[in-house]
Amino acid sequence: MTLLRHTSADQDVQREALTVNPAKTCQPIGAMYAALGLHRCLPHSHGSQGCCAYHRSTLSRHYKEPAMAGTSSFTEGSSVFGGQANLLAAIENIFTVYNPDVIAVHTTCLSETIGDDVPQIVEAAIDKGLLPEGKMVIHANTPSYVGSHTTGFATMTKAMVDYIAQSSGAEKIRDQVNLIPGWVEPADMSELKRLVKLMGLDPVTFPDTSGVLDSPQTGIHEMFPAGGATVDSIRSAGDSCHTIALGPICSGPAAKALFAKCQIPQTTMPLPIGLKATDRFIMKLREINGGFVPDEIMTERGRVLDLMTDMHQYFYGKTAALWGDPDQLVSLAELLITLDMIPKFVVTGTPGKKFYKRMGEVLGDHAQGCKVDQGSCADMFQLHQWIKSDPDKVDLLIGNTYGKYIARDEDIPLIRHGFPILDRIGHQHFATVGYRGATRILEQILDAFLDRQDRDAPESGFELVM
Amino acid sequence: MSEHSPFDDDSEVAVTSESLRDDLLDAYPKKTRRKREKQVVVNHKQADESGLVSLPVIGANTRTIPGVITQRGCSYAGCKGVILGPTRDIVNITHGPIGCGFYSWLTRRNQTLAPTDEHDNFMPYCFSTDMQDENIIFGGEKKLAKAIEEAYEIFKPKAIAVFSTCPVGLIGDDVHQVAAEMKEKLGINVFGFSCEGYKGVSQSAGHHIANNQIFKHVVGEDNTKRGKWSINLLGEYNIGGDAFLIEDLLQRCGIDLVATFSGNSTYDQFANSHMAQLNCVMCHRSINYVADMMEKKYGPPWIKVNFIGAKATAKSLRKIAEYFDDQELTEKVEAVISEEYPAVFEAQKTYKPRCEGKRAMLFVGGSRAHHYQELFAELGMKTIAAGYEFAHRDDYEGRDVLPDIKVDADSRNIEELHVDADPDHYRGDDRAKAIERERAGYKFKEYDGLMADMPEKALVIDDINHHESEELIRRMKPDLFCAGIKEKYAVQKMGVPCKQLHSYDYGGPYAGFQGAINFYKEIDRMVNAKVWSMIQPPWSDEAKQNAPSSSSIRRDG
Repeated sequence: MTLLRHTSADQDVQREALTVNPAKTCQPIGAMYAALGLHRCLPHSHGSQGCCAYHRSTLSRHYKEPAMAGTSSFTEGSSVFGGQANLLAAIENIFTVYNPDVIAVHTTCLSETIGDDVPQIVEAAIDKGLLPEGKMVIHANTPSYVGSHTTGFATMTKAMVDYIAQSSGAEKIRDQVNLIPGWVEPADMSELKRLVKLMGLDPVTFPDTSGVLDSPQTGIHEMFPAGGATVDSIRSAGDSCHTIALGPICSGPAAKALFAKCQIPQTTMPLPIGLKATDRFIMKLREINGGFVPDEIMTERGRVLDLMTDMHQYFYGKTAALWGDPDQLVSLAELLITLDMIPKFVVTGTPGKKFYKRMGEVLGDHAQGCKVDQGSCADMFQLHQWIKSDPDKVDLLIGNTYGKYIARDEDIPLIRHGFPILDRIGHQHFATVGYRGATRILEQILDAFLDRQDRDAPESGFELVM
Repeated sequence: MSEHSPFDDDSEVAVTSESLRDDLLDAYPKKTRRKREKQVVVNHKQADESGLVSLPVIGANTRTIPGVITQRGCSYAGCKGVILGPTRDIVNITHGPIGCGFYSWLTRRNQTLAPTDEHDNFMPYCFSTDMQDENIIFGGEKKLAKAIEEAYEIFKPKAIAVFSTCPVGLIGDDVHQVAAEMKEKLGINVFGFSCEGYKGVSQSAGHHIANNQIFKHVVGEDNTKRGKWSINLLGEYNIGGDAFLIEDLLQRCGIDLVATFSGNSTYDQFANSHMAQLNCVMCHRSINYVADMMEKKYGPPWIKVNFIGAKATAKSLRKIAEYFDDQELTEKVEAVISEEYPAVFEAQKTYKPRCEGKRAMLFVGGSRAHHYQELFAELGMKTIAAGYEFAHRDDYEGRDVLPDIKVDADSRNIEELHVDADPDHYRGDDRAKAIERERAGYKFKEYDGLMADMPEKALVIDDINHHESEELIRRMKPDLFCAGIKEKYAVQKMGVPCKQLHSYDYGGPYAGFQGAINFYKEIDRMVNAKVWSMIQPPWSDEAKQNAPSSSSIRRDG
């Protein structure tokens, strides 16, 4: 029995209009996720309440954690007359009942299409005295018919710069760097902060969902958990000596805005997933800290290398199909290449001009043999057709949970990576960035291959030592 | 009717329902409080001299207050996700930006079982027109038409359904016109739904829109006659395989299940459903319209049934048999009940002592918060507070209040179908039988609602929000809270287990007799899990204070 029984290798219908099994979702959920990385902030969805419900559900299913957010609850009337009354009511209710420090409003396709002007509505809220002393409302425009969840994340992250970061006029703080981590798991944000600190620097990290979406069981529900970037820390980002933005799509716009606003020099680089990308991250930090790399980092790097040499025979020449977010895909592809594996198929629904070029750079000699597709109809249906039409099939799938249908139909191991992961727990606790993160990914890939070998081995070839 | 308030019997915490209600409401700005007052109700039942019991009036199916962190979703979710989601052989295309289609992709957990690989099953697919900004500016009709064509070329389905998302309504894309043109062109049934997320005040609007269109475009297409004892099951969505268990029971009783709306359903079943002799309604909220429309147009009457809980299941099977009034069917039904019940009693003997006296709160859906109280009752558990996410007053107060319900602007915008008897296919025999049965005391179209079955002074809360549920849990420390995914982890962070009753936490099935046993076992697992007693570390003052008799979080059973 095949679950995706209608997906065949020899479909010759060229699709221009129909997306089937998308490799992306919409902007507002990214804005909501980013806003959750702001301390004592309540994300707020300005639109009809289904958007907010869907986003909270998806985030909760991914993190197995509460994802709190408000909605303007548009009905037909507000869609015709505008959402001002709803947003004003929401601001009053939220500050009265839930008392956050910040409300981070993002728009939806509904409020964008009718043209609600959020800053003007916030002005009206201030005029009416609905904003208590010391509280703030920030906003991001995130129509769902532009970009993807990753660009929504980027836009809300940039809003943090636009609304909060400030240059105090004093000298830049020599050891303070801004770290814009991109759309990664809470554990990744913690790991990145740890690395920056090990390098003798003081990171201002935003957004920062560590401590928010990986919070402990204490018997007390904290509406606003201890984690997240504080308003004060983001404000001081305007005084840092450098900004490191990880992932050009998710973090680039905020870094550029910070340069424009406070003249902080910035480096936008790929997510440090895998040895090479982490090396580059450390090199950049080394440049900033004056040329120092601590032994601890050397040891961690050595461990990854050790695993790679020990297990190279199992990685060599194996092929993989990947789907997900551009920032993730570029670094994952590079990681596979460093293991002498071959990325064969790559799709992302997220549009963007530089993706092919970036993929081409990391794929190098392998670029010819790798099919890469991007945009609306670059979906998992397409990916599945490629896999089916490949006589050798691929050895490994890397992507979010929706890949499990292809994995089952084609009997190919799947490593869950990216967003959303709906059917496993713990991924928010285990970093995949940095050298430590690389060991985790290596372990996952190796386990997948060796489990597979054990499962398929004839009795005579069933090995005890591998 | 229970004599005691669940709040002041053997509770450790001395709270009255009234005082708790006040405390919940005190946190709000004035205007918000005025609105919520109507929706947060103490279930005080009053009997007049003749013994007639009247229930309190509850505010329901009204707009959610912006900013309160509601449980609710939208019209699109109700239409595409709930009603059409479980049909396996209709290609469901979401016309809109990618998000809506993406979020409703497999997440409602409707199971289905196509008999062979030759049969269509489109449920693992997500179809979307992925509208881009140029489609918003210049219109998306052309892209939609193209998408329908592409879907037909690749999938060759019997039917294609199109769902409108918020921006589609705003820019004025006429999905119905596009659907009609494509129906003409492709020669298959293509129909659209104006289920934009902003329609109505909750998912409920979407259920209505979905049912209307299915009734208009599909029901009545296939007039193949059915055998004796033929029924439809309405408002059963096959979460976790519930419908599979019910189908099995019905089959063993010899009852001919024509169609389920819409768990494990197919296009052909809908098309033929009007030929059933009796409609059995599970979720009253989502689908009472279909039952009413079918009765008017084709004649079969409807009854409310409930297959959640062993007692309810036996009662419902007997009620169906009673309608057909046939010795052979009655015997079959009794035989199935006798076969199933020993295992149920055995399970109750094991699990009831472990759960008895524990207290639950249920805030879900449009019927589940009522139906699942049956299962808790079978475990000896009390439901001390409950409410619905998207119900209307009749779901709380019973169908008697229908004439009293004021239709507001948000509901008026949802199409009401005008239905007349079909001159060719109206079946007078079903009508005559119904009249005859009614004379014999049999009750049709009867639903008393949730409040009648709730304990006196329990709290009944419509469209509960995060503040209220957190306050309820903090003050009352229930042993179990039932809600959905958005609420689950916040509740559990408070040290109280939360059972998802939309998805069953990926367990189940819980319908029928076997399902009841599954549920007893699951609830025992949840309320007696060791983890909840380990939240306070042994060195904390709280743990020391409470050791060894009980923890601060849970009362001893």
